[in-house]
Amino acid sequence: MSNFFLDNEDIKFHLKNMDLARVINLKENYFSPETKAQVGAPRDQEDAADNYHRVLEIVGAIAGDFIAPRATDVDREGATFSDGKVNYARGTKESLKRLKDAELMGFTLPREFGGLNLPKTIYSIAIEMISRADASLMNLFGLQEIADTIYKFGSEEQRKRYLSRFASGEVTGAMALTEPDAGSDLQSVMLRAQQNSQGEWRLNGVKRFITNGLADIQLVMARSEDGSTDGRGISLFIYERDHSMKIRRIEHKLGIHGSPTCELQFDDAKAELLGKRRMGLIRYTMSLMNGARLGVSAQAIGIAEAAYREAKLYAGQRVQFKKVIAELPPVNEMLTDMKTTLEASRSLLYETSRIVDIKEGLEERIEKHPESKDDLSNDLQRYSRFAALFTPMLKCFATESANKICYDALQVHAGVGYTTDFNIERLYRDVRITNIYEGTTQLQVVAAIGGIMTGVLQERLNEYENLHDFTAFAPIVPVFEMVHAFRTSLESGITMVKQKADNKFQDYHARRITEMAADTTVSYLLCIDALRAKCERKASVAAYFAEKAHSRILGNLNTITTSFEEKNLFEKHIKILE
Amino acid sequence: MTRKKVRPTMKIIVTTKQVPDTHNIVGDAMRPDGTVNRSVLPTIFNPEDLNALEEALKLKEKIPSAHITAITMGPPKAMDVLRESLYRGADDVVLLSDGRFAGADTLATSYALKCAVQKLGVFDLIFCGRQAIDGDTAQVGPQLAEKLGINQITNVCEVVTVDEEGCTITVKRSTEYGEEIVKSKFPVLITVTSSANDPRPASAKRMMIYKSIGKKSDAVSYTDSAELAWTRDLPAPYINYIKEWNLESVDADPAICGLNGSPTKVKKIQNVVLVANEAKMVSGDDEGISALIKELVSEHILAG
Repeated sequence: MSNFFLDNEDIKFHLKNMDLARVINLKENYFSPETKAQVGAPRDQEDAADNYHRVLEIVGAIAGDFIAPRATDVDREGATFSDGKVNYARGTKESLKRLKDAELMGFTLPREFGGLNLPKTIYSIAIEMISRADASLMNLFGLQEIADTIYKFGSEEQRKRYLSRFASGEVTGAMALTEPDAGSDLQSVMLRAQQNSQGEWRLNGVKRFITNGLADIQLVMARSEDGSTDGRGISLFIYERDHSMKIRRIEHKLGIHGSPTCELQFDDAKAELLGKRRMGLIRYTMSLMNGARLGVSAQAIGIAEAAYREAKLYAGQRVQFKKVIAELPPVNEMLTDMKTTLEASRSLLYETSRIVDIKEGLEERIEKHPESKDDLSNDLQRYSRFAALFTPMLKCFATESANKICYDALQVHAGVGYTTDFNIERLYRDVRITNIYEGTTQLQVVAAIGGIMTGVLQERLNEYENLHDFTAFAPIVPVFEMVHAFRTSLESGITMVKQKADNKFQDYHARRITEMAADTTVSYLLCIDALRAKCERKASVAAYFAEKAHSRILGNLNTITTSFEEKNLFEKHIKILE
Repeated sequence: MTRKKVRPTMKIIVTTKQVPDTHNIVGDAMRPDGTVNRSVLPTIFNPEDLNALEEALKLKEKIPSAHITAITMGPPKAMDVLRESLYRGADDVVLLSDGRFAGADTLATSYALKCAVQKLGVFDLIFCGRQAIDGDTAQVGPQLAEKLGINQITNVCEVVTVDEEGCTITVKRSTEYGEEIVKSKFPVLITVTSSANDPRPASAKRMMIYKSIGKKSDAVSYTDSAELAWTRDLPAPYINYIKEWNLESVDADPAICGLNGSPTKVKKIQNVVLVANEAKMVSGDDEGISALIKELVSEHILAG
C-alpha cells in the first residue's frame, strides 16, 4: 500500500502552510448562501481545506496503489494503432476507469456541471502525483483544461451540452492546434474552417502531434478568415468525433508511450465555433496553453519526484568502496541537488498555480457580479500580469530542472540505470518531452522576457518584501541577505540589455535573464516557505539553493557583461558554424 | 402475478465491519493481559467486506434501479465504514449500535444482524465478506443465513450471472478441490473472497457530500438535541443521516445479545512474538547470488 500524497512530506508541508484563503473564497463565491446550498459544497474555509486534503488522499492512493504498478507495462505495450483505430495500453484503460470511478475527471469544473470545483493549485498537486505514478497517464488526466476552456469561453448552451459529459468521464478531450508546418509558430495554421449555406462550419485539413487525438471532443484551431495570414484570422472550434475525421497514424516516441500522439485529417468535418471569431489564437488558445503549461510543469515535477526517489533508494543500498554510495561526496551532492531543485520547483509551481487561481477567480467574479468590476479590475490586471510572467518562467525552470534531476538520477544508478531492469530509464525518457511540448523552453523565454524587462517581476518581488519580515526567523536572515543581492545582479543584467537597445542582444540574452529571474524568484519563495512555517529544514533548503543559484546568477551576469562591449556579437558564432 | 410488479427494485444488503488494521500494527497492540488494545490500533474497513460491497456495486452498474443498504454493528465510530460505503455508492446505511450488543461472539452478532435485516424488510441478496481480519472466523455470514432461513453460498470468487426476471444468481465458489458453479434463487446470502474483485476507490464527489453526515437514532428524540449534524437538506436520492438502531429498534431479545448471548469464552491467550530480522539486500549479479547461496548453505537452509 502506498499513497503518493501521504508519503510526500513536501506536498503536505505546502498544503499545510500555503495561504489558500483568497483562492478558496473566490472558488466558493465567498460562501454565499446559494453556493453553500449546492450539493457537496463546503460550509467554510476549514471545510473546503479538509475537502482538498481528502481528495488528494484519494488521488494519492490511486496513484500509488493502482497506477504506478501498471506504469512499466504501459510503457512497454504503449498505445497502438491499427485499422485507423488507436488503442490505449491495457493499464492505461484500467487507470482511466479508476479515475472515472473516483469521479476525478471534472476536477476544476463547477459543481453545477458535475465537477468538483477544486482550485488549479490542488489540480497541480494531483497532476504531480499522477505523473509520479505514470507520466503518460497525465496526458489524459491532465486534459481537463479542454473542458475548462469550454467553460470559460463557451455559451451557456455549450457549457450545458458538453461539460457534464467531461466531468463524468464519459468523454475525453484533445486540443488540435499543431500542424505539420505550424509548430511553435501557430500563426501559420492552415486548416480551414468555412461556413456552408446553412451557416454551419466545416473543417478541412491536417493536424499533427495531437495528444489523445482519438478524443470524443476536440478543440480545433482553424483559419476561419479567407485571405488572412496571421493569428487574427484564426478561430477555435469544438469538434465532436464522427466519421469525417480520420486518424492517419500515431507517432513512435522516445517516451510517454501510453499517450497516443496522433495525426488527424479533417474532411468536411462539422464543427461549432467557440466564443468569437478571430479570437481563437490570440485569446482562447493562449489561455488554453497557459493552463496546459501549468499542467506540464506539474508533470515534470512528478516525474522528477519519482526519479529522485529511485536514486535515493538505490544510493542507499548500493555498496562500493565498503560504504553505501549515498555517503560518497559526489553522489551525496547529486542527491542534495536533486531534492533541493525538486522542492524549489514545487514552490514555484504552487505560487504560480495560486496566482492563476486568483486571476481566474477574479475573472469569474467580475463576470457574475459586474457591479464589482471597478473594485476588482486593478487586482485582475495585476494578477493577469503575474500569471503571464510566472507561467512561462515556471515551465522553463521546472521542466529544465526535472530533466537535470532525471539525468542525475540515472547517473547515480550508473550502468544498471541504463538498463530496462530499473525504472529510471523510463523516467529519463518520459521527462524529455516536458521542456518541448506546450512550447519549448526557448519559447517560454520569449513569453517571459517581456514581463521581466517591464518590471512585472520586480512588482511581485516588492510585494514579497512588503508582506514578509525576513528578519523574523533567524536561520533565514543570512540567506535572505544573499537573495536580496540577487535582485541587484538581475537589475544590472536588465539595465545592460536595455542600454544596448538592440533586439538581437536582448533575444540572445533573454534565456540568461529569465534564468536569473527564476533563480531569484525561487530563492525568495524558499525563504518565504521557511519563514511562514518557521522551519529550519526549509531554511537549509533555501540556503543550499541560494548558494548554488549565486554562482549561476553571477555566471549569467558575467556573460552579459562581457558581450556588452562586443561590437559584432555574432561574429564568432558565424565563424564557428561555417 | 409476476414478481416485478410487486417489487420493482432489487434490494441488496451488504454487511460491513470496522476492524483493527492488523496489517499495519504500530505501538503495543496487545495489553499485558493478552487482550487486544483497540485504542492504539488504526481501524479500517474489513477488506473482504469491501469486496462484498464491490459485488453489490457491480450489480447496481448493470441494474441501476437496484438499491444497496450497507449495515454494520459497532460503536458510533463504526460510522466510518458506513461513510466509506456511501462514498463508493451505497444508497442507504444502518448503524446497529447499543451497549447491550457489546462483547458479542459470532452467535450473538449474527442474531443481532438477523433482527436488523428483518427490520429492513424484503430483500433479494445479502453480500458479506468471507471473514473479518480480526477474528478470522468466517462464521457470521453462514450463521446469519441460517437464522434467516435462506440459502447461502460461501467463498464466492466470481458472480457469473444475475437473472433479475427469474430471480436467480449464478456464482463461482472456491473449494478445497477447485471451483464450483452454483445457482440459487433469491433470497440468498453470499460471502465474497478477496479474489472476487479489486474494490473501487471512494468517489471524490460523494466523499465531499457525505464526509460529515451524522446519525439519527430512531429511539431518541432529537428535537432538543445539540447533535444536529444530520440535518443537511440533501435532495433525493441522497440520504441525510445514518440510521441508528438499538436493541429495541430491531426488536431483539436482550438475553441472547452481546456478552449475555455469547457462549464463546476465551480460556487462554498466547502472545506469539515473531521477530523480524533486518532485511538484507542482495545484488542481482553473479557475485551477490553466489554469496547468498553460500550463506543459505552454511545456515542449513539449503542442502550443500
